[in-house]
Amino acid sequence: MDYDVLVVGAGLAGMRAALAAQQAGADVAILSKVHPLRSHSNAAQGGINAALTDRGDDWQEHGYETVKGSDYLGDQDAIEILAEEAGSEIITLEHMGVIFSRNEEGYLGTRRFGGQQRARTFFVSDFTGQALLHVMFEQIVKSGVRVLDEWFVTSLVTHEGICTGVTALEMRTGEIHTVGARSVILATGGLGRVFEPSTNGLVCTGDGMSLVYRAGVPLMDMEMVQYHPTTLKGNGLLISEAARGEGAHLLNADGERFMQKYAPNMLELASRDVVSRAEQTEINEGRGIDGCVLLDCRHLGRDFILEKLHQIHEEGMTYANVDLTKEPIPIRPGMHYQMGGLKTDVDGRCWDKLGGDWGGVQGLFAAGEAACVSLHGGNRLGANSLLDTVVFGRRSGVAAAAFAKDAAASGIPLPGDAVQSQEEERINALLARNGTGDRVAGMRLEMGEAMNEHLAVFRNEEGMQTAFEKIKELQQRYGSVSVKNSGKIYNTSLIFALELGFMLDCAESIVSGAIQRKESRGAHTRTDFPDRNDDEWLKHILVYYQDDGEPRTSTLPVVITRWEPQIRVY
Amino acid sequence: MKTSLKVKRYNPEDDDKGTYFEEFTVDMEEYNTVLDALIAVREYEDESLAVRCSCRGSICGSCGIRVNGSGALACKTKILSVAPNEETITVEPMGNMPVLRDLVTDMTPFWDKLRGVEPWLQVDGPEPESEYVASADAMTHLNGVMSCIMCGVCVSDCTSLEVFDQFLGPAALAKAYRFVADPRDAADLSRLGALNEPGGIWDCTRCMACVQVCPKGVAPMDRIMKLRDAAIEAGFDNTPGARHAEVFTEIIKQDGHLDETMLTLGTIGMFNIGRMMSLVPIAFRALVHGKLPLMYPFTHVSQGVTQIRKIFDHVEAKK
Repeated sequence: MDYDVLVVGAGLAGMRAALAAQQAGADVAILSKVHPLRSHSNAAQGGINAALTDRGDDWQEHGYETVKGSDYLGDQDAIEILAEEAGSEIITLEHMGVIFSRNEEGYLGTRRFGGQQRARTFFVSDFTGQALLHVMFEQIVKSGVRVLDEWFVTSLVTHEGICTGVTALEMRTGEIHTVGARSVILATGGLGRVFEPSTNGLVCTGDGMSLVYRAGVPLMDMEMVQYHPTTLKGNGLLISEAARGEGAHLLNADGERFMQKYAPNMLELASRDVVSRAEQTEINEGRGIDGCVLLDCRHLGRDFILEKLHQIHEEGMTYANVDLTKEPIPIRPGMHYQMGGLKTDVDGRCWDKLGGDWGGVQGLFAAGEAACVSLHGGNRLGANSLLDTVVFGRRSGVAAAAFAKDAAASGIPLPGDAVQSQEEERINALLARNGTGDRVAGMRLEMGEAMNEHLAVFRNEEGMQTAFEKIKELQQRYGSVSVKNSGKIYNTSLIFALELGFMLDCAESIVSGAIQRKESRGAHTRTDFPDRNDDEWLKHILVYYQDDGEPRTSTLPVVITRWEPQIRVY
Repeated sequence: MKTSLKVKRYNPEDDDKGTYFEEFTVDMEEYNTVLDALIAVREYEDESLAVRCSCRGSICGSCGIRVNGSGALACKTKILSVAPNEETITVEPMGNMPVLRDLVTDMTPFWDKLRGVEPWLQVDGPEPESEYVASADAMTHLNGVMSCIMCGVCVSDCTSLEVFDQFLGPAALAKAYRFVADPRDAADLSRLGALNEPGGIWDCTRCMACVQVCPKGVAPMDRIMKLRDAAIEAGFDNTPGARHAEVFTEIIKQDGHLDETMLTLGTIGMFNIGRMMSLVPIAFRALVHGKLPLMYPFTHVSQGVTQIRKIFDHVEAKK
């Protein structure tokens, strides 16, 4: 089978891209390792940012706040596009049927969110991600775009440096399929499972990042890993920033609203890296309770909480035995989002179209959390990720459809039987392997704990080198890991083993970038290099896969259009 | 704490073996859920255990299963709530769906039924430049039904689906309600017309199972009842279900109590001779066993009927 545009990943970015590609006249299919409604876009809670100029807002203000939020590592040409196109994209979503909350006059309502002075976050109670995802799926059903769910992509196929499709494992039958495509959009999301704990679902294993990295596209800014300020201890589940947006306070063990000391202007709504550092400092200096600080919503009132923050109230009751209307909930910084990812241009292309420095592979596109344009630089503002997925999902879809049209006329052969048998052999060899007894789950936990210990809010050379050694050791052991289940039908054991391989690639590039960047910027804070150093480090770090194991690195300048880097204070 | 699970297994590649139960014991914490226990089994005891899961936080809808015989979301079910004294927890795949492997069901029939209600916004006329204006209350009201995560647990336990698999089912019908109740959707009439057909809103037995097991408080049955109201109001009053509702109400108003014979006749239609004749054998058997209710003119009117009629007048005046 073959298509003009193949989208891998059926979250918000993937489905938005597929719709746009179809509307542009392409024959599109979506492959996803889970049913679209199980995608992690679901878990976003707080809202989606947009500056509606006809309501007196200013997209340039949103743009500036995003740039500042990124600690000046974000590429301003891309950020301008994000901010400018946001308004029309919100209306598109509303027309699709999203049940956005309304103000008293019946127009779209907003709430405040981190890093922004004005309230420009549109929302559906506190389950905005789920509300958007389900409506996007409704549109996919309406459009008739083909969705192959529970198909797990195992490799990318290229011909003379140009992407020509993928091989995928159909989980239901265990069969390997070769799917040809003139362009492939990777919208495979983040890599939370590289860390333990994380707010992310079990499917967030960096598949697309690793697959495309191995095909020759660089990973950029991987060291920029966001630790969200309000996550639960133990399972690491997210408590939305919306709580703070609606007025909740952060308190230490002394009952102090400690953000006064760290961000006197924005307080709890400073950008996420600032808040996480503040919390971690309080905890490290002995003013925490059991490794946590407190999020207090009581003063918002019971009725308000049950209406505007219903889901997190449920979450508190179920997962922390806390009634938010009556007591504060213990939270702490937890791994949440990857600002870095596959380098793309502003249309989602994973290759340097201008024939410049960074190379890449033609025909490959990326959008959403898997991509790094870069929109979020060193730190992402809350409610900008949902926006990223739809604006750049759409753009990638359009660009991929156009590329596919030209590629079809090129005569480049799509993958044939040789590719198919080669992949079958590889997978069968993995299944047949008589291993050392290393459990995949055990190895993943070792990786996750090492990453959470040494690549968290505060980092230093020694810790990161320890993590690096650990990752190298795990990569060695991975070569002989065994899959303790050789069946064909719904073999999740095999899936987990393949995912571990992807995760190790991601972990390596994260540690590699972190060790290299000898400064503190955004989410990357080093106690041995505590200051931001624009003279030497106002640039992106790119990591390229090499067959012999040691990744090659290089750098790329940050695109600056309107906003000169300044000292960042909240 | 020691947690024992009795898990229903099935491996399609070992079809001769069929389904069988396997017991596992794992060491869990007090705050853990049944999903945590299943993952522990998968990681430490048997890697081949197939179970869908992702978010661990009741939002992705992957981990619908049956716990001790009832539909449940594994990640929302605390171990202590179902096994306070270290009882063995029985874990099976969801009901009313074919089983692919172990706890993984084939949800194709579920998705097909969802598609059957045309689950996308259908508007009328040109789109406004900006957003559709809609009241805050109308949108807030939709939050409840929009909270559905499509986990399938309601469908798993639906007693109507057990015996009649053309029934659209609680999830698809709740989704249909989401559109009928959305002020921007202009397809109410055609939606309600379709939902009025066999397999639609009138085939719910009102057993409340879906309301009971839904992990997100969607209350599908309540939505189905609202759709019935909407259908009758829209003029779709010529179905046994609609007639049943009307006749029931009328009889209570007239007699102050339920005359079951008149209810039956009124529901099937006074001129539906064929259907009436088919009920004669049942009526005869009832008569023989002394269970045939009296019918007009042998029935009486209740003593307090004037009070009852006053209640009706009061409620009707409020409308």
